[in-house]
Amino acid sequence: MRNLWIFISRYNAFFLFIMFFVVGIYLTVKNNAYQRSVTLNSSNEVVGTAYERLNVFKRYLNLGMVNDSLAAENAKLKSQLLKLTTIDTAKDVKVVDTVNNQQYTYLAAKVVKNSVTLRNNIMTINKGTVDGIKSGMAVIAPQRGVVGFIRDVSAHLATIQSLLHKDTKISVTLKKNHALGSLVWGDGNFDIKKAFVKEVPNHIKMYVGDTVVTSGYGSFPAGVLVGKISKANVATNDNFLSAELNLFTDFSTLQYVYVVKDKRADEQKALESMAKPNE
Amino acid sequence: MNSRIIIVNIVRWFLLLFVQIFLLKNMGFYDLSTPFIYVLFLLLLPFGIPNILLYSLAFATGLALDAFYDTMGVHATACVVLALVRISFISISLNRDAIDDPEPSLSYMGFQWFSLYTFLCVAAHHLVLFFLETFRLTEVGYTLMRCGLSCIFTLLIIFLVEFIFYRRTPR
Repeated sequence: MRNLWIFISRYNAFFLFIMFFVVGIYLTVKNNAYQRSVTLNSSNEVVGTAYERLNVFKRYLNLGMVNDSLAAENAKLKSQLLKLTTIDTAKDVKVVDTVNNQQYTYLAAKVVKNSVTLRNNIMTINKGTVDGIKSGMAVIAPQRGVVGFIRDVSAHLATIQSLLHKDTKISVTLKKNHALGSLVWGDGNFDIKKAFVKEVPNHIKMYVGDTVVTSGYGSFPAGVLVGKISKANVATNDNFLSAELNLFTDFSTLQYVYVVKDKRADEQKALESMAKPNE
Repeated sequence: MNSRIIIVNIVRWFLLLFVQIFLLKNMGFYDLSTPFIYVLFLLLLPFGIPNILLYSLAFATGLALDAFYDTMGVHATACVVLALVRISFISISLNRDAIDDPEPSLSYMGFQWFSLYTFLCVAAHHLVLFFLETFRLTEVGYTLMRCGLSCIFTLLIIFLVEFIFYRRTPR
């Protein structure tokens, strides 16, 4: 120990230099936007390129399967073409039924109980099974913004599991580059005006100020405005990017909400349940 | 005597930083050659200064410059490198016990020693400064040219200042 101390004090110029130099470099990289962007981006570029290479390789491996499916599709199209060329088109009358074709209808409901201060927030609205509300329906805010999902329904009331709940996950896309992600709230930040878009693939470039909309893959219709990105490229420990966004919905002042009825929800559910998992 | 040295150095610090920030910051030839005269303060610190004080002063001076140049940490790092070069060069070229001059200035040390000393320190400082500022190796030619030209400019001004304040001392 004593020898070490003598060694350090003899070459103190060098050790002091290392110390101050590291602090200087740290300050440079930490506080200058350009230097920071370079150090972060170059590592991201490496990861992104690696993924791209891997994708090319995977695509090659899948060529056989793609070929088969294309051949099957070709056969189907050809048989359809055969059918069409033999049909008498002159007698075919087309009627476009716009009323029944509308997939989504909105039902306005009044919020009778609301909470925003808990970790898992649930609100109550004054519409129930009598009005055709079912569990799992999407709920959106009047002007713009998402609210959550219907949770339990009674005859005249229903509870909403709002976005401010640990189990709520909404599929969203970034408007500029159509990248998919999932919208969640919480996770270290319990500001009711902010949420996170998670699970965005690593090669996607996010932009501050970009609008986030729903993707239409869940029970939400596509294109419902969710919020604006306030902090892009938040690194997480997994292989995905995250972004922080400012929500358009103001949960603390919600008075009315719209429940979204999806005409084809049952049909979709029935169809999708046919596919067995792990098939 | 001791307090005189401290006062002289403080006055020098303010004077050099004032000139650097308010005059030389606006100067430059085609964005290629910009002088950094403030390093003269670090060059002229007295011989007997402890290493830790020298590093601290270098770091603080660099930070002060950074605040005005909006380049947090770049000047501070460059100044710390300069301090290392200064310490190494002095310990190599001079016998520590035989030093009886108060500070490494042109009037005390003579032209030959002082010019080499200044050149090495300024070159190290400018190299670190410009490479940290550019922060990429693809423009290495351009950066080196800027570095070299700025070095010449800085050295010119340093010698100018030193000759103006030259005092013939009995050696």
